[in-house]
Amino acid sequence: MSLPLIVLLPLLGSLIPLLSNNQHRTLSAWSTALLPAIALGIVIAHAPGVISGEVYHFSISWVPQLGLDLAFRIDGLSLLFLLLILGIGLLIILYARYYLSPDDSMPRFYAYLMLFMTSMIGIVMADNLLLLWVFWELTSLSSFLLIGYWYQQSEARRGARMALVVTGMGGLAMLAGFLLIGHIVGTYDMQTVLDSRDLIQADPRYLPALLLVLLGAFTKSAQFPFHFWLPHAMAAPTPVSAFLHSATMVKAGVFLLARMHPALAGSQLWLYIVTLTGLVTMIYAAYFALLKYDLKGVLAFSTVSHLGLITMLFGLDSKLAVAAGLFHIINHALFKASLFMSAGIIDHETGTRDIRKLSGLRHSMPVTAVAAGLAAASMAGVPLLNGFISKEMMLTEALGTGILGGLAWLIPVLATIGSVLSVAYSLRYVRNIFFGPEAKELPKTPHEAPFLMRLPMLVLVGLCVIIGLMPALIVTGLLDAAAQATILSPRPELHLSIWHGFNLPLLMSAIALAGGAGLYAVRRNLFNFQRQFPQRNALMTFEHNVRRLLHWTQRAIDRLENGSLQRYMLWLIIAVLFLTGSGLLDLDQLQGPRQLQALDGLLMVGAAITILAGLGTAILHRRRLVSLMMLSVVGLMVSLAFARFSAPDLALTQLAVEVVTVILLMLALFFLPQRTPKESSGPRVVRDVLVAAGFGGVVASLNYALLTRPLDTISGFFLENSVSGGGGHNVVNVILVDFRGFDTLGEITVLCIAAIGIYKLLNRLRLFMPSSDSEGRPWSNDLHPMLLATVSQTLLPLALLVSVYIFLRGHNEPGGGFIAGLVTAVALILLYIARGVDWSQQRLSFQYQPIAVTGVAIAALTGLGSWAFGHNFLTSAFGHFSIPYIGELELATAMLFDLGVYLTVVGATLMILANLGKLTTRHRPSKDNEKETV
Amino acid sequence: MEALFATVTGFLAASGLYLALRGRTFPVVVGLTLLSYAVNLFLFSTGGLTTNGAAVIKEGVSYYADPLPQALVLTAIVIGFAMTAFSVILAMRVRGDLGSDQVNDQRGEESKEDKS
Repeated sequence: MSLPLIVLLPLLGSLIPLLSNNQHRTLSAWSTALLPAIALGIVIAHAPGVISGEVYHFSISWVPQLGLDLAFRIDGLSLLFLLLILGIGLLIILYARYYLSPDDSMPRFYAYLMLFMTSMIGIVMADNLLLLWVFWELTSLSSFLLIGYWYQQSEARRGARMALVVTGMGGLAMLAGFLLIGHIVGTYDMQTVLDSRDLIQADPRYLPALLLVLLGAFTKSAQFPFHFWLPHAMAAPTPVSAFLHSATMVKAGVFLLARMHPALAGSQLWLYIVTLTGLVTMIYAAYFALLKYDLKGVLAFSTVSHLGLITMLFGLDSKLAVAAGLFHIINHALFKASLFMSAGIIDHETGTRDIRKLSGLRHSMPVTAVAAGLAAASMAGVPLLNGFISKEMMLTEALGTGILGGLAWLIPVLATIGSVLSVAYSLRYVRNIFFGPEAKELPKTPHEAPFLMRLPMLVLVGLCVIIGLMPALIVTGLLDAAAQATILSPRPELHLSIWHGFNLPLLMSAIALAGGAGLYAVRRNLFNFQRQFPQRNALMTFEHNVRRLLHWTQRAIDRLENGSLQRYMLWLIIAVLFLTGSGLLDLDQLQGPRQLQALDGLLMVGAAITILAGLGTAILHRRRLVSLMMLSVVGLMVSLAFARFSAPDLALTQLAVEVVTVILLMLALFFLPQRTPKESSGPRVVRDVLVAAGFGGVVASLNYALLTRPLDTISGFFLENSVSGGGGHNVVNVILVDFRGFDTLGEITVLCIAAIGIYKLLNRLRLFMPSSDSEGRPWSNDLHPMLLATVSQTLLPLALLVSVYIFLRGHNEPGGGFIAGLVTAVALILLYIARGVDWSQQRLSFQYQPIAVTGVAIAALTGLGSWAFGHNFLTSAFGHFSIPYIGELELATAMLFDLGVYLTVVGATLMILANLGKLTTRHRPSKDNEKETV
Repeated sequence: MEALFATVTGFLAASGLYLALRGRTFPVVVGLTLLSYAVNLFLFSTGGLTTNGAAVIKEGVSYYADPLPQALVLTAIVIGFAMTAFSVILAMRVRGDLGSDQVNDQRGEESKEDKS
C-alpha cells in the first residue's frame, strides 16, 4: 500500500515550498527535501525484496471505460530509476539552495522541481501504458516550467518552448503507439502488454506502433535528428540541467526503450532502427561537444552522445548489451550530474561559462578541480572509474554484434571513434579550465564554493570512484534485478569487474584514450576545419519554421473563416439538407402505414393563418415592426395548436413566453434601426429562397413521414408511474420536476446563466434612442396612459393570485413552476410598462439576480436533500395534506423543486426585461453625440 | 391532418431560415425565433397528434396525449426565450460598441458582396 505514497509524497512536496518565502532559504530547502526523503526511504525499504526478484504492484481503477488504471509497480528497472531520481533529486535540492541568487524565487523553483520529480517517478512506476503517458506529458509540461524558470530571458523562453514542442509532439506520437498496442493486446495493463511480445510482433500494426513509440522515446532522449532541443534547454538554471540531463528527463526516453523492451524488441526492425539511431547520435553529438565554447554546451552535447550510446546498447540483440546500457544509465547519471554541478559552481564563482576565458582554476578551486577531473575521467572511460567498466562492456557488445552482416566491423570501429571523441572533449573540459595559467579579467575573482554547495558533487564523484573500484559489490544486485525486468527471460550472467584480461575491448579502450589525447592536441585544426561550414542555429531555424507554420495556418483559417455569419449558416444548412435529405431518399415511400386523421375547417383556417403569418414575417422583414407583429401571430397560433392537440401545459407556456418575447423584441427594436436596408442582391435572394424552400421541404417531408409511421413511445412508463412514483396527476409536470428533474435543473441553470450574461451585456451599454418612430412621428407625450396604469394595478394582485394557484395545482392539473413563473413575470412587466421603470423600481426595490440564483440553489439543494435520506440525487418524496378551504393537497418535495424553477423563471425574465427597460430611462444622448443616424 | 401539420412546420422552417440568412441582426433573431417555433412543433408532433386526449391522469381514462414530448418542448420554449433574449441583446451590444447591426465581419468577401 505504500507504493502510491512514493508518487504522492513528492506531489505534496510541490506545495510545501509555496508555504515558505524567499527569506528562509535554508529552511525552504530542508522542508522541501523532507517528503522526497521519506519517499526514498520507502523505496529503499522495498529494495531487498525487488533485488531478490519480487515485483510489487498497486492498482485502483481510475477511468475503467478507457482502460486507464492508477496502477503502480516497483520492479528492478523502476527501482534503479527511483534511486537515481530521488537520490540525485535530493542532492539537487541542496545544491540549488546555494546556486540560486536571492533574486530568484526559491519557492517557485522548488515547486516546479518537485512537480517534475513527481511526474518522473510516475513514469518509472506506472503499471499502465496510459498512466505512463499521462506522467510522460507531465514531465514535458513541468520541464517546460523549469527550463523557462528565468522567464525574463528570451533564450529561456524560447528554449523551453522548443523543448515542449519537440517532446510534447513525441509524447503524442507515443500515445498513438500505445493506443495501437492497447488495441493489439486488448488491455493497457503493463504486465499483460510485456508478456504479449509474440502477439504484438505478429500483428501488422506492429510497425506503426513501434515507430510511434520510438518517436516518443527518441524525442525525449534527444536522439538524432531530434537532438536539437537539448542544447537550447541549457538556458535553464544549472541545477535544472544537472537534474534533467543526467538522471531524469532525457533518461525517460531510454527508460521507455528499456520498459518496452520485452514487448517490442527482438525484431530486425528494432535492431536496426534503435542501434543505428543510437550510433549516429553518439558520434554526431560527440563531435559537436568537442567544438563548443560554453561549458554547459559541451556537457549538453556529451549528454546527447552518451544517450546515443545507451540507445545503441538497447538496440543490440544481446542480453548483456541491455545490462551494459542499464549500467551506463547509472554511471552517466552520476558523472554527468556532478559535471553539471561543477559547471554551475564555476559559473557561480567566476561569472562565466566560456571555455576561452577560463583557465588555471585548479589554484583557486582545488576541490572542484579534483572532483570535476574525476567525473570527466569517468566520462572518458579511464580505468578504475565506473565509466570505464560500462564503456568496456559497450565495446565488447559492439564487437559481438551480427548487425549489418558483412559490414559488422563498422559498429566497433564507429564505437571506438565515438570513444575517441568522448576522451577528447573530456580532456578539453578539464585541461582548459583547470590547468594552464591563471585566468585574468574574469567577471568575479574565483574561489571555492561553500562546502554544502560542493557536497552534492563530491557525493556523486565519490560514488563514481567506489563503483569503479568495487563494481561487483555495489551494483550487481541492482543491475541484475533491472536487467531481469528489462529482458524478462532468465537473467544474463553478469561479471562486473575491473580486469577482464588482455583482450580486444581493452585494446579499443587504449586506442580511445590515446586517440582522444592526440585529437585534443590537434584540436586547433579541427576548429579551423569546422569554420568552413556555415553556422546554423537550431533555435532560429525552429522559430522560423514555427512562424511559417503559423503564417500558413492563419491563411488557411482566413480562407475558411472569413467572418461572414451568412456563409457559415449557409454551409451548415447545406450540410443539414444533405444529411437529412439522404435519410429521406432511403425511404421506400413518404407516407407510412398509419391511419390518417380527419381534417376539419377550423384546422385549415388555423393552418392558413399560421402559414401566411410565417411567410409575412419573412417577406415583410424589412419593415421590422410589421414583421414582429406577424411573428407574434405565429406564436399565438402555435399556442392554439398546442391547445388543440391536447397539450394545455404547452399552450399556457407558449402564450406566456410569446408575451415576454414580443415585449422583449419591441424594446430591443426601439434601440435598433426600424427598417432593414435593401442590401441583398437578386441572385443572393434567389439562392436564399431556394435553400430555405429546400429546407422547409425536407422538414415537412420528415415530419409527414414521422407522423404517418407507427408510434413507439416510452411514455407508458411515465403514465403508469406518475401517480404512484411521483405523486402527481399532471404527467408533464411530474416528468419535469421528478422523472427528468436533472434535465430541468440543467435548463434553469442555463436560463439563469443567460440572464446573468444579458445583465452583463447591458452593463454600460450606450445606445442612441430615436425621438420619433420610423415614419418620423414623435412619440406620444402620454408616457404612462392612465387607463393602462389603473388596469395593471388592479390586475397585479389578481395575476399574482392566479400564478400562485397555477403553481400549487401544477402537480395535478395543467400548470407548474414554469408557467406560474412566466405569469408572475408578465404581471410585473405590465406594471413596468404602465408605470415606468422609476415608479416600479421604487416599489419593487429588490434585485432580480439573487432571486434567479436562489431559484437554482433551491432546486439543486432539493436534489441534494434526497442524499440525506440515502436516496439518489433528486429522488422525490410526497404525502397528502388537508388544508382548510383549499382542500386536500398533495405536497411533494418536487414542489420545492418546482419553487426553484418558479423563482428562476421570474428572476431571469425580469432580470432581462427590467434591465433592458431601464436603458430607456437614462438621459437621452443627443443626436450630435452619436456618430450614426437612424 | 398530418399533411397539413407537416406543411405548416415546413413553411415556418423555411421562413425562419430565410430570415436567418439575412445580413442584419434583427431579422436573424426573428428568423431564429420563427425557426424555434417550427422545431417545437416538430418535436411536439413526435408524440403523435392527439385530439381530445387527457392531459391529466384520471380514473377510468385510457386515452392520453404523449407527455414526454410535451415536457421536452415545454423546457425548449423557455430556453428558446432565453436564446432569443440573449441574441437580441448581443445584437444591441454589438450595435452599441461597433455601431453596426450587420452580422458579417467587415473584412469578409460576403459582406462586400452584400454591400454592392
